[in-house]
Amino acid sequence: MESILHGVEGYMYPNEMELQWSVLIVLYPFITGLVAGAFILASLERVFRVESVKPTYRLALLTALAFLLVAPLPLQLHLGHPERSLEMYLTPHTASAMAMFGFVYLWYLMAVLVLEIWLDYRRDIVRLAQTATGPLRYLYRAMTLGSYDVSEEALRVDDRAGYVITLIGIPSAFLLHGYVGFIFGSVKANPWWSTPLMPIVFLFSAIVSGIATVMLLYMAATRLRQATIDMRCLDTIARYLFYAFIIDFSLEMLDLVHRIYEADESFHTLDFMVKTRLYLPHIVVQIVLGTLVPLGLLALTQLVNLTERARRGTYALAGVLTLVGIFAMRWNVVIGGQLFSKSFLGYTTYKMAFATREGLLPAVLLMILPFVILWALVRLLPPWTDGREAETAA
Amino acid sequence: MKVLFGHKDHLVRMAALFLAGIVVFLVLKAVFVPKGFGVYGHYRAGALEENRAHPVAYAGRAACVECHSDVPETAKGGGHAFIRCEACHGPLAAHAGDPGEHQAVRPESKVLCARCHAPNVARPARFPQVDPAEHAGDEACTACHTAHNPRQQKEGAK
Ligand code: HEC
Ligand code: HEC
Ligand code: HEC
Ligand code: HEC
Repeated sequence: MESILHGVEGYMYPNEMELQWSVLIVLYPFITGLVAGAFILASLERVFRVESVKPTYRLALLTALAFLLVAPLPLQLHLGHPERSLEMYLTPHTASAMAMFGFVYLWYLMAVLVLEIWLDYRRDIVRLAQTATGPLRYLYRAMTLGSYDVSEEALRVDDRAGYVITLIGIPSAFLLHGYVGFIFGSVKANPWWSTPLMPIVFLFSAIVSGIATVMLLYMAATRLRQATIDMRCLDTIARYLFYAFIIDFSLEMLDLVHRIYEADESFHTLDFMVKTRLYLPHIVVQIVLGTLVPLGLLALTQLVNLTERARRGTYALAGVLTLVGIFAMRWNVVIGGQLFSKSFLGYTTYKMAFATREGLLPAVLLMILPFVILWALVRLLPPWTDGREAETAA
Repeated sequence: MKVLFGHKDHLVRMAALFLAGIVVFLVLKAVFVPKGFGVYGHYRAGALEENRAHPVAYAGRAACVECHSDVPETAKGGGHAFIRCEACHGPLAAHAGDPGEHQAVRPESKVLCARCHAPNVARPARFPQVDPAEHAGDEACTACHTAHNPRQQKEGAK
C-alpha cells in the first residue's frame, strides 16, 4: 500500500492508484494500427491501381500479417490464462465489444489477410513447390492445396478474387482499428477517452503509422538486399504519408479544440494533467517531435526540390519520428487516461516494472517479435518484384 | 490430379478448407461448451445450484443481537453503531448456529482497527484516522477504547 501511495497526489479512489492497463495495453493499439495501416497502403495499390507503390504491395501484406500475428499477444500476457481466450469463440458474448474482437480478429486474419496473400502468391507457391528442396518443399506443397493450376485463366480468377477480397478488406481494416478506438471512445466514465472521434482518430493514426512502417521497412530491406530503391515508389508513399498525416493531425486538433471550447467539468483536471505529468509525452514527444517535425520534414520534400539522397534521409527521419509520435499517442491515451482520478481531485503515477509479466522487457520483446516473423515470412514468400527473388528464395 | 472445377479448382479447395475449419470449430464448441450454458444468461445454469449448495458463512446482525443484546446497547450513539458485527468479527454463521460447538474469538484490535483507521488519502479527510504507532505505541487499541463504542474511554485512558 505504501509503495502505491507514493506518487499519488490529491485524492484518488483506491482502485485508481495503481494503473490496471500497463505498457502492454499501449502496445496493442500500436501494433494493430500498424496492421491496419500497412494493409490499407497495400489496398491502395490494388483498388486504385496506383502502379508506383507496387514494389511495396507484397511487403505491406506480409508486414500486416507479421504484426497481426503478434497483436493479441500483449493482451494474452496482460490477462494471463491464454487458454481461456478461446472461450470468447466458444461462448460468444455479443453485448461485449471486447469479446467480439475475437471474431473481428479472426475474420481479418483468415478471410482477408491470409486469403489475399495466398491468392497473390499462388504462382510463386506453385513454382516453389516444384523447385524448392529440403523440408520447405512440403510446406510449399501443402500451401498449393494440391492445385498446380497457374494458367492465364487461373491467374485471372485469382486476380478477380483478390480484388473482391481487397474490397472487403478495406472496411475490415477500418473495422479492426476503428474497433480499437471504439473500446476507448466508448468508456463514458473516462473523459480523456470518451469521444466519438476516438475510432476515427485511431484509424487515421493507424494509417499513418502503417505507411511509415512499410516505408521504413522498404528502405531498410532494399539496403540489406543491396538493391536500388525505386524513388518513384518511395516518393509516392511519402506523399501518402504526408496526406494521411495532415488528416490525422487535423482530427486530433479538432478533438483538442472541441475539448477546450466545450470545457466541461473534467477540463481543468485534464488541462492540468497535460501541462504537468503528460507534458513530456504529450506536448513534447507526441505533438512537437512526433507530429509537427515530421509533418514539416514531409512538407519540405513536397515544396523544395531535394536530391534523392536528401529525400531518402528526410523520409527516414520523418518516418522514425512519425512512429515515435504515434507510439506516444497510444501511450498518452492508454496511460494518460488512467493518471487522473474520476473524482477529478487527484493524480497518480505510472511505474513501469522491468522484467515482470507486464514490464518493459516483455514489451520490448513483443516489439521485436513481428520483425522476426516478418523476416521468416520474407524468406518463405519473397515479396520482391525486381527480378532478384530467385536468389533470395534459395 | 483430377480437376473438377476448371480454373477455379484451387478456390474450391480453399473454400473446402475453410468449411472444414468451421466444422472443426462447431465440433469443439459442442464438446467444450458446458451443459446448461446460456439457459438463463451468459453462464452455466448448473452454477446456480452449485452456489446454492455452498454453506452460508454470515449470519447477519439480527442473529448476533438475539444472544448478544448487550452489544447494541453499548454501541448506541457511537461511530460504530452502524457497522455490521461481522465486518469486524468475520463470518460467524457457524457460531451463531451453535455457540457451544463453534467458539468466536475476540479480534486482535491492533490489526482490526488499523484496517479502517490507518491514514489513507483515499479516505475522506473528515474520517477519523490515526497513525497506530504514534497514537497507541505498543498498547492494544482496546486498552483505551471500547471496541463497540470507541468514544467511550476505558478506565486508565488519558
Ligand atoms: C445462539 C446465541 C448466539 C448467537 C446467535 C451468537 N452468539 Fe456469540 N456467543 C454466544 C455464546 C453463548 C458465547 C460464549 C459466551 C462466553 O463465553 O461468555 C458467545 C461468544 C461470542 C464471542 C466471544 C466472546 C469472548 O469473550 O471471547 C464473540 C466475539 C461473539 N460471540 C460474537 C458473535 C457474533 C458476531 C454473532 C453474530 C454472527 C454471534 N456471536 C451470534 C452465543 C451466541
Ligand atoms: C469496519 C471499519 C472499522 C473498524 C474495523 C473500526 N472502525 Fe472505528 N470507526 C469506523 C467508522 C465508520 C466510524 C465513524 C466515522 C464517522 O463518524 O465519520 C468510526 C469511528 C471511530 C472513532 C471516532 C469516535 C466515534 O465514535 O465516532 C474511534 C475513536 C474509532 N472509530 C476507533 C476504533 C477502534 C479503536 C477500532 C478497533 C477496535 C475501530 N475503530 C475499528 C469504522 C471502523
Ligand atoms: C468496529 C468493530 C466491531 C464491531 C462493528 C462489532 N464488534 Fe464486537 N468486538 C470487537 C472487538 C475489537 C472486540 C474485542 C474487544 C476486547 O478485546 O476488548 C469485540 C468483542 C465482542 C464480544 C465479546 C464481549 C464484549 O462485549 O467485549 C462480543 C460478544 C461481540 N463483540 C459481539 C458483537 C456484536 C453482536 C456486534 C454487532 C452488533 C459486534 N460485536 C460489532 C469489534 C467489533
Ligand atoms: C493510551 C490510550 C489509547 C490507546 C492505546 C489508543 N487510543 Fe485512540 N484515542 C485515545 C484518546 C484519549 C482519544 C481522544 C483524543 C482526542 O479526542 O483528541 C483517541 C482518539 C482516537 C481516534 C479519533 C481521532 C479523531 O481524529 O477523532 C481514533 C480513530 C483512534 N483513537 C483510534 C485508535 C486506534 C486505531 C488505536 C489502536 C492502534 C488506538 N486509538 C489506541 C486514546 C487511545
